[in-house]
Amino acid sequence: MVKNSRMSSRIADFVLYTGMFLVMVATLYPFWSQVVVSLQAGASTYSTGMMLFPKRITFEAYGLALHYKPLWIGYGNTILRTLMGVSLTLIITSMTAYPLSKKDLPFNRAFTGYMLLTMLFTGGLIPNYLLIRSLGMLDTIWSLVIPGMLSAFNVLIMRNFFKSVPESLEESATVDGAGHIRIFTSIILPLSMPVLATIALWVGVGHWNAWFDSLIYINDPRNQVLQVVLRKIIIENDTSNMAAMIQKMNTHAEYTSRQLQSTVIMLSVIPMLIVYPFVQKYFVQGVMIGAIKG
Amino acid sequence: MKDRTKRFKKYRVLLAMLVPGLLYLTVFNYIPMYGVLLAFKEYKITAGIMESPWVGLKYFRKAFEDPHFFVVVKNTIIISFYKLLFGFPVPILFAVLLNEIRNRTFKKWVQTISYLPHFMSWIVLSGIFITIFSMEGPINAIVKGMGHLPVIFMADERYFRTILVSTSIFQSFGWGSIIFLAAIASIDPQLGEAAIIDGAGRFKRMIYITLPMLVPVMSIMLILSMGTILDAGFDQIFNMYNPQVYDVSDIIDTYVYRIGLIDANYSYSTAVGLFKSVVALILIVGVNRSVKAIGGNEHTLW
Repeated sequence: MVKNSRMSSRIADFVLYTGMFLVMVATLYPFWSQVVVSLQAGASTYSTGMMLFPKRITFEAYGLALHYKPLWIGYGNTILRTLMGVSLTLIITSMTAYPLSKKDLPFNRAFTGYMLLTMLFTGGLIPNYLLIRSLGMLDTIWSLVIPGMLSAFNVLIMRNFFKSVPESLEESATVDGAGHIRIFTSIILPLSMPVLATIALWVGVGHWNAWFDSLIYINDPRNQVLQVVLRKIIIENDTSNMAAMIQKMNTHAEYTSRQLQSTVIMLSVIPMLIVYPFVQKYFVQGVMIGAIKG
Repeated sequence: MKDRTKRFKKYRVLLAMLVPGLLYLTVFNYIPMYGVLLAFKEYKITAGIMESPWVGLKYFRKAFEDPHFFVVVKNTIIISFYKLLFGFPVPILFAVLLNEIRNRTFKKWVQTISYLPHFMSWIVLSGIFITIFSMEGPINAIVKGMGHLPVIFMADERYFRTILVSTSIFQSFGWGSIIFLAAIASIDPQLGEAAIIDGAGRFKRMIYITLPMLVPVMSIMLILSMGTILDAGFDQIFNMYNPQVYDVSDIIDTYVYRIGLIDANYSYSTAVGLFKSVVALILIVGVNRSVKAIGGNEHTLW
């Protein structure tokens, strides 16, 4: 009897572990397939099919793609908007959240309500577009970092974290003669690193992956972000610019447009793949912080 | 009264600190809300929103006479519904099964990998899926291997919604499981121990303890997803669809984009967008009420 149940438990374990292993493989396969295609030498990319490993490895496609200027411009703009967007978001979010964390702040309920209302209703695409246009922000980096800089959701999360800082700390600082600003910058903010880091990571990934704002607000190719450069190459299937560049380079490199596409996909996700394992746990914590509100 | 002036004095620095945020909300959230008036006006570029003449419900009437509007609403609901129907159980099942894995390192690996697609933009994911479903891609290699003719999946109305639903599950199941894993972790271990003494095997404990204990979280998540039923996934669809599959995949958001920014029909686009916002608002308010009613306060918006 005991032996029997141990046996069945073993079988269950085997099925379970195999199943989970297959889930991992299935999740990674789409990304792996891009690695294979991007490395596969020359014309045979067309028959890759279910190929699990490249038959003959070549880095030629990477060499070519790295010469493609718009990719670098896109990278530059994406890094810039991510850095600017994250800093601005942290500054204005914490500045808004701290006063609202004081229960006896005059009109606290009114201010909070004014903010919460923005979670319920939005103007929609065209009113937002017309606003950005009339502010003269089209084709500038500001159109990418300012809209969405302050979200009620982030303020709520930060406010609740600030609330959890023991009041006695602030009181003793007040006794020592510290003003509100001083308390905010040297007590509250340093103690709130976990929530600041979580929001910074969230907002950072959002900026890194953002494309729609750039698609509608940015016309000048010099201001375009990486995702939109990618979109042109892989979704609109427009590799003509790259092909023209390669032609000019006069190389004998063999490549296919599908291979170039997989290569730029890889080039765009590599930074993410490198950083991801290290920051992943903060995101998971973030989900938990976000789920607990007061 | 005196108390209030005293508090004003005490908090004047913090009130000043609040000013940029409030100004921001006014300009970037409230002005666009005011801009929805455009839906009731005939937009003239030279006049701007304020000065453009009123036309009442003209654009709403236009929407209800536009056959494509109904196609778009129908697609939105169908795609959302399928995503919910097939996508909702997956993270739960995944969390319950993952909980049975006792090797911590292996578990960590599975989790980390399963969250990965959540961090990729839909441009990257669509690019990958377009190649996977292409004529030379692995899916067609299987199709050909089974002796069938290859299919242009991305341009085939019969398959496109299935592709949307399955790739959406691919992207979100791992991330979606976090909340259920947390809920499982908070189940009192005594329940399991008592069940073991009563002779319940692993499978029985899964069915009679873990799953029932997840019902509250499940119902809250299910109700919450009703609030976003009109968001069928703009980022995904916009990057995956093409004119051949518009009939089955054009949703409200993509339609609003095309009539608004491609055809520059600002008023009509705003009207369709407003229709969506109003329905969404009603849904969200209703959903929050229901979640509160079943005691899920910490998951509500207000």
